[in-house]
Amino acid sequence: MNLEKSNNSHTYWNPYFGGFLLGIVMIFTFYLTGRGLGASGAMKSSVVTIVDTVAPTHAENNAYYSKFISEDKSPMNTWLVLEVIGVLIGAFISGGLSGRIGWRIQHSPKISSKRRLVFALIGGILFGLGAQIARGCTSGAALSGMSVLSSGGFLTMLGIFGTGYVAAYFFRKNWI
Amino acid sequence: MGPLIPNGVIPDEWNYIIAILIGIFFGFILESSGFSSSRKLAGVFYGYDFAVLKVFFTAAVVAMIGVLYLDYLGYVNMSELYVHPTYLWGAIIGGVIMGVGFVTGGFCPGTSLCAVAIGKIDAIVYVVGIMIGVFIFSEFYTFFEPIYDGFFYGNLTLMDTLGLSAYWIVFIFAIIAIVAFVATSFIHKKVKKVFY
Repeated sequence: MNLEKSNNSHTYWNPYFGGFLLGIVMIFTFYLTGRGLGASGAMKSSVVTIVDTVAPTHAENNAYYSKFISEDKSPMNTWLVLEVIGVLIGAFISGGLSGRIGWRIQHSPKISSKRRLVFALIGGILFGLGAQIARGCTSGAALSGMSVLSSGGFLTMLGIFGTGYVAAYFFRKNWI
Repeated sequence: MGPLIPNGVIPDEWNYIIAILIGIFFGFILESSGFSSSRKLAGVFYGYDFAVLKVFFTAAVVAMIGVLYLDYLGYVNMSELYVHPTYLWGAIIGGVIMGVGFVTGGFCPGTSLCAVAIGKIDAIVYVVGIMIGVFIFSEFYTFFEPIYDGFFYGNLTLMDTLGLSAYWIVFIFAIIAIVAFVATSFIHKKVKKVFY
């Protein structure tokens, strides 16, 4: 890979431009659907579907899974799952146009790939757990909540970023 | 009038097509802003890249102002929009756990999906992690239920909490965002550059 190409593939939009467009998409989403965007909800639907397929009686007896299981439609048949399929398509198009597509493990040169993957797994587990407790992630609770001035959305946003800064000190070797 | 789909202005059959289209725009914007890179995202916590803060706060301010305008111009009635409910301790504890997860894993769920779409293996592992996290929550639901369902304040907004009008809140938040943009650009100049 020559230097010029690697420079190009890491040139991103101006963050204010990206943020402005994201805000516009948010407004349209509320105008069309009356609700905001989301991401973790689709992963919850996937887990419910997997558990319901592997162990249907267990899923029906569990107070949480059973909230999302109905007789007449699959738990995957939700607005958020389709929105997330769109996210994958949109990101793939964007990455493709800028030449960023390829199998890789991205990590700081100071740590090994294995360490990166272990921490990615732990981070995912924590985020998945936290997103259930707060009923939404950065998209569904924080950004969508803040758009309509939800107090819970602001609290979750403060929780995520406030704790992020506190925890950053302990994980600095992974990033800088 | 809006919201268009719940009020039947756009037929319900279009709902899922619109879901995919909105998702495509969402994913395209996140990826183009660099949110498929965990090292760029984590930069916000170490001061070498504030893209997360800039994109997130700009989007929030634009969306807040836009929703207020829709309401003001009569396109939607704000009371018909879904307001994320406030479960006080669930919001705080969940946020804290997500904050640790963000620094540990370098993604949030939406951004990890963008990274999965362009082939980042660490993001695939992260998404598997999210699913394990959801699984743990569900299996131990009775343990988490008191904070998940407790301390419920309804679909509370900042207008109720702070006793201010929506216009003042959005105005104050916009000022805070601009101050944050200026402050972070100063911090960014002082912090040692990290190349990724």
